[in-house]
Amino acid sequence: MNNRKMNITPNTTWKETTPGGVILDAGNAEDFKTGDWRAMRPVWHEDKCKHCLLCWVVCPDNSILVEDGKIKGFDYDHCKGCGVCTKQCKFGALDFVPEE
Amino acid sequence: MAKRVSLSGNEAVAFGMKQINPDVVAAFPITPSTEVPQYFSQFVANGEVDTEFVAVESEHSAMSACIGAAAAGGRVMTATASAGLALMWEMLYVGASMRLPMVLAVTNRALSGPINIHNDHSDTMGARDSGWIQLYGESAQEAYDNLIQAIRIGEHKDVQLPVMVCYDGFITSHAVENLEMLDDEEVKKFVGVKREAPFALIGQDPVSMGPLDLPNHYFEHKRLQAEAMKNAKKVILEIAAEYEKLTGRKYGFFEEYKMEDAEAAIVVINSTAGTAKFVVDNLRAQGKKVGLIKIRVFRPFPAEELAEALKNVKAVAVMDKADSFSAAGGPLFAEVRSAMYGRADGKIVTNYIYGLGGRDVTTTQIEKVYADLFNAIETGKYEVYNYLGVRE
Repeated sequence: MNNRKMNITPNTTWKETTPGGVILDAGNAEDFKTGDWRAMRPVWHEDKCKHCLLCWVVCPDNSILVEDGKIKGFDYDHCKGCGVCTKQCKFGALDFVPEE
Repeated sequence: MAKRVSLSGNEAVAFGMKQINPDVVAAFPITPSTEVPQYFSQFVANGEVDTEFVAVESEHSAMSACIGAAAAGGRVMTATASAGLALMWEMLYVGASMRLPMVLAVTNRALSGPINIHNDHSDTMGARDSGWIQLYGESAQEAYDNLIQAIRIGEHKDVQLPVMVCYDGFITSHAVENLEMLDDEEVKKFVGVKREAPFALIGQDPVSMGPLDLPNHYFEHKRLQAEAMKNAKKVILEIAAEYEKLTGRKYGFFEEYKMEDAEAAIVVINSTAGTAKFVVDNLRAQGKKVGLIKIRVFRPFPAEELAEALKNVKAVAVMDKADSFSAAGGPLFAEVRSAMYGRADGKIVTNYIYGLGGRDVTTTQIEKVYADLFNAIETGKYEVYNYLGVRE
């Protein structure tokens, strides 16, 4: 957020906003927390995970965090709870539970 | 040095486009504007301009291609009329709200139906709320002058809006008139070689344009767009002053003809002003205090200035070459009467719908309008809503 040319917020006034809603910054989807759309949440069980990374491959929102070839967890700020990762897991390492 | 030439309105516009030498022209032929892209594509084929000419399959595509090219940072022009403008409808709004300067020459033609190829103003009057600046011209000279100025107005940093340059189909578009054209170099100097776009899809600092805009931001963007139209008023006068220095030809929001002591005035748009000025001269010779206002800038609407110009008349007839089927008068009438409210009260204000579908407008008809106004001043009795030249 800090290195953005323009920080558009819900409080931005008409005098501050960009003409026609021009978006000046690339990669700004990161700023938009879409995780609150989620009705179902994937839950990762590290003990059952083989780190095959197929869940990382199918995730449409790049929300499965990987370091050095190993799953590290979920980016719940951007995971929308589509469940594709849980559906393909062959090792029972991903549960899919309702959000509370 | 400027040169005297004899050209039709469409030729004058096409030659003006050649002098402007835009980056992209995307156009689809439609009567009576066809000649504009036809002549211009010859300039392209002859290598007389650097323009990329895009032959598209419809006017929706023409405006879409123009929007794409303008979003990329280019200087963009096109031409259309009537149903062609109607087919652009969705994209007119998109272009204006994306704040893309473009210049669209419109030869005013009746909008279907029944289908008709002749002149009235139902096409551009329908597009009056699309967010485009609208300039109107009485003659080939004014169409040419408005075209050159439109580039500068739309591209001004405080405006960034597309501009329609409107002139009457056939009457102005096809009649050959004498006019004065600037030298190519003078035009190049006046408009600048390149458009300076504050945002563009390509270049050093690429951006994204035309995003989905939900309730928490859309309103702010529309408010900012409205401000650009307000800013355009000042810019239009500045550019006109600069153009006057170059050409000696004076332009404003509207032309006042013999209005100084006028008791009865008509407000009119485009070529009918020529017929009406002839009538004004004749009536003045008879000692009648008559005048005329010809609107040049319809968007933004010069409400305060118009009320000021009409504050000393006793009666005014507003002439509409389009019906808005509101059962309460034509579009120009609604705007003029609203502009006068609270600023020039206590006047007789009447409306005449005239010349639809290219019906000839005669001096006798204009004389009748002035006669009606004087009769209204004398007796206090008059009809507000009138149709002029229709068979009763």
